[in-house]
Amino acid sequence: MSTIKILYFAKLRDQLDCAEEAFELATENCSVAELKQALAERGESWQNALNGAQVLVAVNQVMATADTQISANDEVGFFPPVTGG
Amino acid sequence: MSVSVQTEDFDVPAFYEALKADAPQIGAIVTFTGLVREFNDDTSVEALFLEHYPGMTEQVLEGLIDEAAKRWPIINATIVHRVGELRPSDQIVFVGVNSAHRDAAFAAAEYLMDILKTKAPFWKREQRPEGDKWLDAKASDEKRATRWH
Repeated sequence: MSTIKILYFAKLRDQLDCAEEAFELATENCSVAELKQALAERGESWQNALNGAQVLVAVNQVMATADTQISANDEVGFFPPVTGG
Repeated sequence: MSVSVQTEDFDVPAFYEALKADAPQIGAIVTFTGLVREFNDDTSVEALFLEHYPGMTEQVLEGLIDEAAKRWPIINATIVHRVGELRPSDQIVFVGVNSAHRDAAFAAAEYLMDILKTKAPFWKREQRPEGDKWLDAKASDEKRATRWH
């Protein structure tokens, strides 16, 4: 089993009521899309929050895509479009 | 090259002096300071709260300066962004660039601000008496950033 760290920011954190968690991958590696699918199985609020077209993902603090691979000890951040400046 | 994400206010003249002192070949300094605007159409907003992704934010901003330095012959650049609670007229962001000539300095400063607004992981939340509200990203900012692709 591979443990990863997942961080949620801004509106997404509020919707999910979760800022940070340790998560066990079911397999040694998985893609961002597969991780989202696994999290969405937790229920409707997770499905709605994570499957919106507007959710961005970073793996190890670098912007990622649905195909980006995740493995043990990686840090995955989910967040909405940015609004700084 | 200098990047800072901080809660404290910042001193623009000090950044300007640092950019000016850099090297004798500097012929142009462009600085931009962003302020928190009066809260649009809504007077019930009490303050803005800025959140960010610690670590990633700094990496993104450093990457932006590296990219600007590849595109234009800039000599140095500074980006400072505040987080935490801010009120109208507070300074929120500073971008400063120096170069031998003004065209590179103007272009790089504008590039840094445009891409910062669409790529750096900051989020604004309006603090209201009835409950806080996260601001949505603006399509106009995204459109502005695409001209640098």
